[in-house]
Amino acid sequence: MRTNEEMFAELDAFIESVGSDPSEMIAILHTAQGIFGYLPMKVQKHIADRIGVNVSQVYGVVTFYSFFTMKPKGENVISICLGTACFVKGSDKLLAACEKHLGIRNGETTADGRFSITTLRCVGACALAPVMQINGKTYGNITEDDVPGILDSYMNRESAAV
Amino acid sequence: MSEKLTSRQDLLDMYERVRVLVDNKINYDPDTKRVISVCSCTGCASQESLELVDKLNEIIAQRGLQDRIHADITGCFGFCARGPIVKIYPDNIFYVQVHEEHAESIIDSIVNNTVVDELLYKITPREHAKHQNDIPFYGKQHRIALHKAGLINPENFAECIATRGYQALAKVLFDMNPIQVIDEVTKSGLRGRGGAGFPTGKKWSFARASNSDKKYIICNADEGDPGAFMDRSILEGDPHSVLEAMAIAGYAIGADEGEIYIRAEYPLAIKRLRIAIKDAEEHGCLGDNILGTDFSFHIHIKYGAGAFVCGEETALIHSIEGHRGEPTLKPPFPAVKGLNGKPTNVNNVETWANVPTIILDGAEKFAAIGTERSKGTKVFALAGKVNNVGLVEVPMGTTLREIIYDIGGGIKNGKKFKAVQTGGPSGGCLTEKDLDTPIDYDNLVERGSMMGSGGMIVLDEDDCAVNIAKFYLEFTVEESCGKCTPCRIGNKRMLEILERITEGEGTMEDLDRLERLAVTIRDGALCALGQTAPNPVLSTLKNFRDEYIAHVVDKKCPAGSCKKLVSFSIDPSLCLGCGMCARNCPVEAIHKTDRPGKNPRLMAYEIDAGTCVKCGTCLTVCPAKPQAIKK
Repeated sequence: MRTNEEMFAELDAFIESVGSDPSEMIAILHTAQGIFGYLPMKVQKHIADRIGVNVSQVYGVVTFYSFFTMKPKGENVISICLGTACFVKGSDKLLAACEKHLGIRNGETTADGRFSITTLRCVGACALAPVMQINGKTYGNITEDDVPGILDSYMNRESAAV
Repeated sequence: MSEKLTSRQDLLDMYERVRVLVDNKINYDPDTKRVISVCSCTGCASQESLELVDKLNEIIAQRGLQDRIHADITGCFGFCARGPIVKIYPDNIFYVQVHEEHAESIIDSIVNNTVVDELLYKITPREHAKHQNDIPFYGKQHRIALHKAGLINPENFAECIATRGYQALAKVLFDMNPIQVIDEVTKSGLRGRGGAGFPTGKKWSFARASNSDKKYIICNADEGDPGAFMDRSILEGDPHSVLEAMAIAGYAIGADEGEIYIRAEYPLAIKRLRIAIKDAEEHGCLGDNILGTDFSFHIHIKYGAGAFVCGEETALIHSIEGHRGEPTLKPPFPAVKGLNGKPTNVNNVETWANVPTIILDGAEKFAAIGTERSKGTKVFALAGKVNNVGLVEVPMGTTLREIIYDIGGGIKNGKKFKAVQTGGPSGGCLTEKDLDTPIDYDNLVERGSMMGSGGMIVLDEDDCAVNIAKFYLEFTVEESCGKCTPCRIGNKRMLEILERITEGEGTMEDLDRLERLAVTIRDGALCALGQTAPNPVLSTLKNFRDEYIAHVVDKKCPAGSCKKLVSFSIDPSLCLGCGMCARNCPVEAIHKTDRPGKNPRLMAYEIDAGTCVKCGTCLTVCPAKPQAIKK
């Protein structure tokens, strides 16, 4: 596990590499979310100080874009595509199956921190509809009956935290 | 070992030197080295196509066949429904649904000069397509924007040069002045492929006419229409054409900097663009003093962060500047006041991808394709309830029937065609009566839809028109930036009405209210997202008013998809009495009765409507033919 200082140092190195330029805010937030997993207020304040803008401006950008999140995500992030092609092929049923199997709703994380459920709009793999991604790996052409088996295969894995 | 090309002659020399890479794929010669080209784009890659390439090369190395065979990645063939796709050059053999376990037999077949029959596309159980062109899916297609995808390795700069890459840029730099470039693009009749279809040449001329010390070119790669993925495929399959086109436009309008605004959800496209920019800069095709001239052009990549509204030019520009992606009123247009307050020209990926071909082959050739007012080709992302899901590029003027039936292979599972939704959340539904309309920008608008970015979602009899309208409105409500009231509140109210209707609580007044609201939002919203948001509702109301009325008056969903309006029952005369439904029912809503079913000795079952959660499990497990469960 990396320390907070190390993570902030990595973020600072990136901010410096783009010249602490406020127009690079979105790239900085992408990097920050990559490092911390989410964008808590502490990180937003830090960024605002480094690029010389008000923290309200950073907060405004973070809350505008759906890619950014202020809530920590679970170890395994399940993303269900709710694009049109997947929707007409029944991706809403995949979502319902995930929610039922894990006992949490879309946007939530399980109490043990193992799984989060999110939805996204089109990964561009419409030929495989309906599509579900777990940690970036794509599962296509699946039905709600496949969901428990796929999720369990992650459940049984050793925790990835080092 | 990269060499800097410092003149047009350098570029042509390199072309002559490396063209064999591609010539060997196109021209058949029994003795040339075979190339196994494997699609490596998002669709096929998620089915382990990259592992397949490694496996093939591993076998080739083990057997010492490196001089005779080579496996390589390539761009999208479009036939995503049958991925992963593999093509053998120069024999032109086309394999579908290829996985690692087929690697040995593919190598064997090349060595033995045979074909792996089981991997060929089957037109009928007896008739197998050996070559790409034998497949009906490709019969009516004409590739311009995607012409290199599937032919070259998009990460290999030499293959880009071998397909005349950067020669269009050389032509404009050495043979044409900026006015001539704009004239040529205007003459081609190219219109913006991202949505509204604004003439590209005219757009460039506006940006050229603005006086400024600094101007910008932007490539809009924020493909937000859920269900459209042509821009992703172009960038993954042929990134250099887009870079080249941006530089051409930079020369034409007087810009020296370009930004590509791309969705963060497209990691592979981003990776390939980075490789392409680096290669082009190292070879002097981008950067300072391109090909030894005094023209310089630098391209940067900017990430989007998941906001549909950022497809709108002014919102996109604010996002690049690091702000919330909220649109502003036009005028001033970006051509006058855009990025950092400077004149800016924005075009989308597919528009850019057409430009090098127009410059190299001439505007006349391009303008000869298509209809009177829409020239060239259009890429459509065909998806939904159609057999051949994938990317298709067809001449403008092709009919919907040709796309859905001849190319798409008709409706899945023999169901009945209901409608096709084009233009995404800004578009509308087209029905049976529109199937023979030649598709172009103007015809689609006339029929209550629009081209949009080219998403084409086919709906069948099981899809409810009201529910689809609701789906798009949910999308718009979520994506509305909230800046203007008609969009922020109006669309929310429309969605609430649609929710009421799909839950059986709607009234006939609601239908009038929907129409009134739709017109107000269309006229009052600030940007195109809001103005077009009511389109899915208006077009379904126009084409499927009966269905709305059935929801409101009869409290029934004719397509059987709105859960609250569906009820399940068992027809005792068909019930086998097997109890499958009762055993599988998750809420124990099904019980045995004391009345005999189809078999007089076995009692029929019945569903308790009060307990039933309408999950439909009973329908899927009932073994009776015809099914005893009725929806």
